[in-house]
Amino acid sequence: MRTIYANEIIDTLKEMCIEANLQLSADMVDRIHGAAETEDSELGAKILSQLCDNMEIAKREQIPICQDTGMAIVFVRLGQDVHVEGNLTEAINEGVRQGYTEGYLRKSVVKDPLLRENTKDNTPAIIHYDIVPGDRLELLIAPKGFGSENMSKLYMLKPADGVEGVKDAVIRTVKEAGPNACPPMVVGVGLGGDFEKSAILAKTALTRNTNEHSALPHIAALEEELLDELNQLGIGPGGLGGRTTVLAVNIETYPTHIAGLPVAVNICCHVNRHVKRVL
Amino acid sequence: MERQIEAPISKEQVKELRAGDYVYITGTIYTARDAAHKRMYEAMQKGEEIPLDLKDNIIYYLGPTPAREGQVIGSAGPTTSSRMDKYAPLLMQRGLSGMIGKGKRSPEVLSAIRENTCVYLAAVGGAGALLSKCIQEAEVIAYEDLGTEAIRRLRVENLPAIVIADCEGGNLYETAVADYLNAHNNE
Repeated sequence: MRTIYANEIIDTLKEMCIEANLQLSADMVDRIHGAAETEDSELGAKILSQLCDNMEIAKREQIPICQDTGMAIVFVRLGQDVHVEGNLTEAINEGVRQGYTEGYLRKSVVKDPLLRENTKDNTPAIIHYDIVPGDRLELLIAPKGFGSENMSKLYMLKPADGVEGVKDAVIRTVKEAGPNACPPMVVGVGLGGDFEKSAILAKTALTRNTNEHSALPHIAALEEELLDELNQLGIGPGGLGGRTTVLAVNIETYPTHIAGLPVAVNICCHVNRHVKRVL
Repeated sequence: MERQIEAPISKEQVKELRAGDYVYITGTIYTARDAAHKRMYEAMQKGEEIPLDLKDNIIYYLGPTPAREGQVIGSAGPTTSSRMDKYAPLLMQRGLSGMIGKGKRSPEVLSAIRENTCVYLAAVGGAGALLSKCIQEAEVIAYEDLGTEAIRRLRVENLPAIVIADCEGGNLYETAVADYLNAHNNE
């Protein structure tokens, strides 16, 4: 049994919140720079070059990349041989509270979906727990903006709809998202499981390095095909026309029921933020 | 075409703007997003005063991050405009001349833009650090309790934006993608 103290979790999450909002992962930075070089719409190329400048300014002057610093989505992989000294959920929320307050991040969370009073510290986080073998604690934070979250969709397809049905669902969702979701987008797809599992898979897919394809050959091929087809839609940067509509398509799968084919499409803008730390 | 525009913006200048124009805005504009719109809308419906004179003014759909010491404002990019669609026509009837946001508008908003000689502009979504550099002053003028959603008066210099919907019915979101595809499929 290994002991991890709540304070360590608080400090780590606080740093992660701030880091995630000021600097994208290397794969995302490379993709945006790459798109700026290959975009053949003049306005599209100008927008992409502004996004490159924006990332530079954010890093240099410690100004969040986007004013929507998101709701804090935290994926926890807790080793079963870890003993947490203190309250794990409270420690995560305290880390988020300190990160968003001390890091000059926006407080975008309301206490009640209908009464809509701001909690003023961006808590609570949305936490997904997973118990895994081992004695380590893996924390992954993905601050999620809602311009793109609002354009996400979940479809309960029939098995007979097959891969074509899945592709249609993804393409339809991206088309509808259009300029609202701040293209170029990253598309996370959750395939299989049940209603809520597919949605969690889709969010997990967004946190995967965009240079890594699915380990399943038929899914990796589907990721490639969808990326290609989505970039022929012409939506482009800002939704104003261009070849760069989607920077990456990541798909995660899970076994499902004989009667079902759930497909969740979680849309993220180009500010696809995620930071992982292992304690 | 590229244009310099001054804010507040006169109806004469609004009439000159066309979907697709790339503009740089200098002058005074106001921020308001979901909660401030709801509050202004409800006040207007009850016949109460609202905290800003809408005439010829431009509202930027923005909820910034807090400023660090020495900064005017934090990250300051546009939010999705469609959430303000319910409220925008009434604001235009009361004199509002321009809106800056991102994303599509409802048919009701588009017709109010034509009927009231207004303009809808998009700023680049997700470029809040870059856009913050165009803001010279920022002051909360109303609804301070709403935090990031309070109404702020901003002094901006050369804030870049693209005309999406003009008062003649032009709508860049409806034409830009088709134009791009036509141009590139014919190559």
